[in-house]
Amino acid sequence: MRTLKFLLRKEFKQIFRNKALLPMLFVVPIMQLLILPLAADYEVKNINITIVDQDHSAYSQKLISKIMASGYFRLASYATGFNDAFDDVENDRSDLILEIPQGFERNLIRENEQQLYMAVNAINGVKANLGGTYLNRIIADYNADVRLEWVQMSKFNRLPTIEIVSSNWFNPTMNYRFYMVPGILALLVTMIGAYMCALNIVKEKEKGTIEQINVTPIKKYQFILGKLIPFWVIGIVVFTMGLFGIGWLVYGIAPIGSLLLLYAYLSVYLIAVLGLGLLISTYAETQQQAMSIAFFFMMIFILMSGLFTSIDGMPEWAYIMTKFSPITYFIEVMRMIVLKGSAFSDIKSHFLIMVGFAVSLNGWAIYNYKKTS
Amino acid sequence: MDTVIHTNKLTKRFGDFIAANEITFDVYRGEIFGFLGANGAGKTTAMRMLCGLSTPSSGTATIAGFDIYKQAEEIKKNIGYMSQKFSLYEDLTVLENIRFFGGIYGLSDRQLKEKSEQLIETLGMKSEVKKMVGSLPLGWKQKLSFSVAILHEPKIVFLDEPTGGVDPVTRRQFWDLIYEAVDSGITVFVTTHYMDEAEYCNRISMMVDGEIKALDTPAKLKQQYSVTSMDEVFYELARGAKRSE
Ligand SMILES: Nc1ncnc2c1ncn2[C@@H]1O[C@H](COP(=O)(O)OP(=O)(O)OP(=O)(O)O)[C@@H](O)[C@H]1O
Ligand SMILES: [Mg+2]
Repeated sequence: MRTLKFLLRKEFKQIFRNKALLPMLFVVPIMQLLILPLAADYEVKNINITIVDQDHSAYSQKLISKIMASGYFRLASYATGFNDAFDDVENDRSDLILEIPQGFERNLIRENEQQLYMAVNAINGVKANLGGTYLNRIIADYNADVRLEWVQMSKFNRLPTIEIVSSNWFNPTMNYRFYMVPGILALLVTMIGAYMCALNIVKEKEKGTIEQINVTPIKKYQFILGKLIPFWVIGIVVFTMGLFGIGWLVYGIAPIGSLLLLYAYLSVYLIAVLGLGLLISTYAETQQQAMSIAFFFMMIFILMSGLFTSIDGMPEWAYIMTKFSPITYFIEVMRMIVLKGSAFSDIKSHFLIMVGFAVSLNGWAIYNYKKTS
Repeated sequence: MDTVIHTNKLTKRFGDFIAANEITFDVYRGEIFGFLGANGAGKTTAMRMLCGLSTPSSGTATIAGFDIYKQAEEIKKNIGYMSQKFSLYEDLTVLENIRFFGGIYGLSDRQLKEKSEQLIETLGMKSEVKKMVGSLPLGWKQKLSFSVAILHEPKIVFLDEPTGGVDPVTRRQFWDLIYEAVDSGITVFVTTHYMDEAEYCNRISMMVDGEIKALDTPAKLKQQYSVTSMDEVFYELARGAKRSE
C-alpha cells in the first residue's frame, strides 16, 4: 500500500508537469467533441425530389404525402414522365427522382409486390444518396402499413410479417448529434486510455527509468496498479467533462438512464482499455512502436465500432469482427443508457463481455510484463 | 573472507551471440571490485544478470547468499544499482527522486526525512533540492544517482560506468563517496574505462570478448605482465579483442 502511494504520487506529479500532455488530455477531447459531431452530422434536409406518379391512385397519393411529411424533402415538381423528370435532374433542379409505376396500387394488393424506381443525381452524390436512404426507409415504413392493411382484409396470412426496426427508434427526432456525441465520447475515452497508458510505460523503457524500478523489490502488481490508477482516474474525469460539460450543456443530451450504471460500466471498460495499453507497452520498445501498434488497433476498433459506419451494413465477416472490439460494446451501452435509459438487465451481457475483456487483456499484459528480461 | 558474490560459469547468449561466456569469480565483503573491459566486452550484460534484470542462459550465481534464479526479489532488497544510462526521473526534483526511491525500498517517513537531509548535506545540494533533476549538470546527476542507489543501505552496490563523461574533479569527489560507502560496510562492484580509477580498486577482473581473462589486485596484475601501469595491462589484454569498436 505504501509503495503504491509513492508510485501514484510520482505518476500524478509527472502527468501534471507534462505541459504537452495536459492539453492532450483535457483540451483536445473537448475540441473534438465540439467539432466532430458537427462534421459527422450526416443529416441533410431540403432534398429536392421530382415525383413521377403514373398510378394516380389513393395508395400512390398516400405514399407521396408520407414522403413529403417526413420533412426531408422538397417537391421540385410533379413530372408526367421519366424523361421530363430527368430534365429536372440535368438542370440541377432536383436531386432525386421517384417513379411510381402504373398499377402500383393494384399490384401491391394482389401480388403484394411492387417496384418503385428511384434515380439519384450523381453530381451532389452525398445529398442524393442520403435522400435515397431516407426515401427507402419511408417506403419500407409505408410498405409495412400497406401489408398490414392487406393482411387484415384477406384474413389470412401468406406473408412473413416483416418487422421494420428503424435503428433510430430511440432517437425519434433523428437528431444525429444525439446519436454521435455519446459514441464520440466513448471513442475519445478509449484513445486516451490506451494511448496514454501505453506511451507512459514505453517512455520509461526508452529513458531507462524502468530499469531503476525493476531493480527494486517492487511487486509487479504494484507497478501495474501505479500505472493503471492514474489513467483510470483521468479517463473518468475526461468522460465526466465530456458527458456533462459538452454533452449536456452544449448539446442538451441529458442521460436518461442510471448514472451509476453508466459509471459502473465505464469503470470496467476503462480497465479493459488500459489493459490494452499495458499489453501494447509490453511488446513495444519505443514510443514510436507503441504509437504504431496502438494506431493499428484504434483504426480497426473505430472502423468496426459502428460509429461512422453502420454495423448492419457490414458483410458477415466484418460483423463478426465487431464483436472483438471492446469499443463496440461501450458505444452501444452509452447509447442505450444515455439515450434509451436501459437498465442493468438490458446490458447484462455487455457487462459480462467487458469484464471478460478486462480480465483477459490485463491478465495477458501482467503475464507479459517481466521485471527480468 | 566472506563471499558476497559468487558466480559459476555464468553465461548470457543473445541468439548465437555469446555476450558473457562462462564467467566465474568471487567478490568479498567490503572490497571494491573493478570490472574492466573494452566496449562491448560484456560488462553491462554480466552486471544486469547479477542484479536480476536479465536471466542468465546458463551457469549459477549467488548474490548476498541468494540464488539469482530463485530469489531474485530477495537479491533486489540487498543491492543497489546505478545503470550506465542515467535513470532517475528528470521531471522530478532532487528531493522527489530521493523520496520516491527511498519509499519504494520501504524506508519509513522518519528514515526518509533523515536520509534525504543527510544526503543533501553530503552532496552540498541544499540550493538544488527543488530543482528538476533534468536541469542538473552531469556530475551532480551521477553523484545523486549513486546516493539514491545506496539510500536503503544495501549490502552490495553495482555501478556501471558511474564516472563516464565526468570531469576529473567531480570524479575525485565521486570516489570519495564510494570510499564513504565502503566504510559503512557496502561492497562495491564497479565498471570503468579510466585506468586511474582501476588503481583505486582492491581487485580487478579484465573481460575480453565476453570472457574473464585476468583477475587479481592491480599490483599483482602489473607484476604479472611486467608493466608499470594499469594502462599497459589493459592494453596487453584488450589488444586481442575482436569486439572492440
Ligand atoms: N539485448 C541484446 N541483444 C543482443 N545483443 C546484445 C544485447 N545486449 C548487449 N548485446 C551485445 O552484447 C555485447 C556486450 O554488450 P555490453 O553492453 O554488455 O558491453 P559492455 O562491456 O557493457 O560495453 P560498454 O563498455 O560499451 O558499456 C555487445 O556486443 C552488445 O552488442
Ligand atoms: Mg556497458
